[in-house]
Amino acid sequence: MDFTSGFWPVYILVMVVLSLAFVLVVLVTQTKMKIKKGEKVEVTGHKWDGDLEEYNNPLPGWWVVMFYMTIIFAIGYLFMYPGSGVSQGKFGWSSQGQHAKEMAEANKQFGPIYAEFGKTPIPELAKNEKAEILGKRLFMTYCIQCHGADARGAKGYPNLTDTTWLWGGSPEKITETIANGRVNQMPAFGAILGEEKVRDVANYVLKISGNKFNEARATRGEVIFKTAQPLACASCHGAEGKGNPESGIPNLTDKDWLFDVSESTIVETITNGRQNQMPAWKEFLGDDKVHLLAAYVYGLNAKQDK
Amino acid sequence: MENQATYNYHVVRQFSIMTVIWGIVGMLVGVICAAQMYWPELNIGPYLHFGRLRPLHTNAVIFAFGGCALFATSYYVVQRTCNTRLFCDKLAAFTFWGWQLVIVLAAITLPLGFTSGKEYAELEWPIDILITIVWVAYAVVFFGTIAKRKVQHIYVANWFFAAFILAVALLHIVNSLAVPVTLTKSYSVYAGAVDAMVQWWYGHNAVGFFLTAAFLGMMYYFVPKQAGRPVYSYRLSVVHFWALIFTYMWAGPHHLHYTALPDWTQSLGMVFSLILLAPSWGGMINGIMTLSGAWHKLRSDPILKFLITALSFYGMSTFEGPMMSIKTVNALSHYTDWTVGHVHSGALGWVAMVSIGSIYYLIPRLFNREQMHSIKLIEAHFWLATVGVVLYIASMWIAGVTQGLMWRAVNADGTLMYAFIDAVKASYPYYLIRFLGGAIFLSGMFLMLYNVLRTAFDGKAVDAQIPAIAAHAH
Repeated sequence: MDFTSGFWPVYILVMVVLSLAFVLVVLVTQTKMKIKKGEKVEVTGHKWDGDLEEYNNPLPGWWVVMFYMTIIFAIGYLFMYPGSGVSQGKFGWSSQGQHAKEMAEANKQFGPIYAEFGKTPIPELAKNEKAEILGKRLFMTYCIQCHGADARGAKGYPNLTDTTWLWGGSPEKITETIANGRVNQMPAFGAILGEEKVRDVANYVLKISGNKFNEARATRGEVIFKTAQPLACASCHGAEGKGNPESGIPNLTDKDWLFDVSESTIVETITNGRQNQMPAWKEFLGDDKVHLLAAYVYGLNAKQDK
Repeated sequence: MENQATYNYHVVRQFSIMTVIWGIVGMLVGVICAAQMYWPELNIGPYLHFGRLRPLHTNAVIFAFGGCALFATSYYVVQRTCNTRLFCDKLAAFTFWGWQLVIVLAAITLPLGFTSGKEYAELEWPIDILITIVWVAYAVVFFGTIAKRKVQHIYVANWFFAAFILAVALLHIVNSLAVPVTLTKSYSVYAGAVDAMVQWWYGHNAVGFFLTAAFLGMMYYFVPKQAGRPVYSYRLSVVHFWALIFTYMWAGPHHLHYTALPDWTQSLGMVFSLILLAPSWGGMINGIMTLSGAWHKLRSDPILKFLITALSFYGMSTFEGPMMSIKTVNALSHYTDWTVGHVHSGALGWVAMVSIGSIYYLIPRLFNREQMHSIKLIEAHFWLATVGVVLYIASMWIAGVTQGLMWRAVNADGTLMYAFIDAVKASYPYYLIRFLGGAIFLSGMFLMLYNVLRTAFDGKAVDAQIPAIAAHAH
């Protein structure tokens, strides 16, 4: 039972033709009766439940006409458009074809607007008012679903207005992130470390990020952080926990947190790991729009620097 | 009293009273959902969250309120028009208690989060099996009564009830086929686009056979009875009945326009939805024209007002439906509150109003009274219901069209003019009006409950004698 089977389109086509033929036969035979002017319509003679009777009025003419019109339209439409798995219809229309056509038209119409800025370097573009308006509109269309209308992100979605960057905040790095997307993974340590050790490490992380922590736990946690086998935290986050933007490893010593900074959330992260993904936009938007978006995001950050 | 000389009114009384009770419950949950849309802080805890209350609302109004109304009226109508007592009192009683059990189980499991995730078919597999058993019993009672009828011709209302019982059995079984994993979780046997197609074949025909055909059956008895006039046209009833049966089954794909469903199925869904316009209107014409020669009764009879207004809303929403199924219109209306408005003009305007009118007709007869305790209260209920529906659907039309236009608005550079949240903000005032409309409609149901209970307590539960068949009935 699948749309790829050759049986169903044929079966359904046969059923459709039979259904329409049946409806037409009923309609034709039942409109034969006419009533002469001045003649009174009789009841059928059947009686139910004491007084229930039926007149046998002819079908209203306008209703019959409307019925025929919808059937004629339907038959015409099924000839013109794909109406069975067997025929694509006279117009050769398909929803994919329509989408491709509309996209091509849109690219032709709107493409030059964006191409204009394709060659301007990003730091310069970030100061261009016209480019900022375009960038903001693109951002409002494609980015706010995750990063929010104010670009401040949410739990698990990076804040783009601060100066902390997981993958680097240079124009080139931002462009790369938007164009190709990013995949980030923190492994799960819950099973390896167990609950107590996870809490110890979490407290060490609280310590190096300048938050309230439990001294005894943090002391034990530091050892685990630096030496745990088979994979110490330090092997990715570095001995000082400063991370590495080249491979998107978060700096654990700063004030900005992708997930909130509480013992329970950090415990959750260490226990279950995290998997985050930024989609790649190059294919969908094209280089010019990615360029403008990168400039807009870069500009958001430049404003913060002031 | 089980007595072959009387009609079985006992089960009709039970279903009639529960229609009013479940109507209040279902609509109250609906009003709470509407309030949650306006005041999001009312989403309290997991059990009373919108996501769990919404299926509770739809199940309660369609299957508890609508279902009980259909059981009550079909059992009443089939006995009276067949001039014979209902087939097998025990089985009829089983359908009552079985159906109430289904409803109670739904009310427990849906807030707990047990769901198959299929719209209007959310109940998990053990409840689905119970529904099937009750439904088969219903079919046995109904067709058993038809089989032992004392009049030769089967009255038109019974054709519609019969089609409804058969079609719903087919729809329910095919769409609910699933592989159970635990007692409370199962997975559909269908996958991907096929699953979507089966779901909306079910979904749309639930509208077609549960909410249209069956309630037309109700209409075909209570309108001519209350108006005291013969049905307008037997011929029209034949044509529109068969046309409805043969075209409704194909309309489902219009719920899946511009999706992964193959183009040709979308085309079929659209054109068959358009063809549905005339067969649907056949019922409206037959109902409203039955009143010709007795229009004056509309002025003084609020039950007739309910029935005729229901037919007007029926005509309106069966016009709106085919229009919305046209792909270009659907491109605007789909996923917006316009759909919600459309559903409620059918659900409140047609289904609820025709049921309310029919129950007002039934109650005095079931409790051996001349008429309802208070005609004035029926009149008040009518106006509350009408104002409620109008506020509801007008606000959702405006909100829906606004959303559709805002979502598609683009700037000169091809970017979207509005973020999603902008459309939510624009809809916000209309959510308050929708809530008010729903609350007003619900308030009328409380008047009904009072009126029904007074009538029942003042009266006596008596089963009517089956009259001797008149000489001209054959």
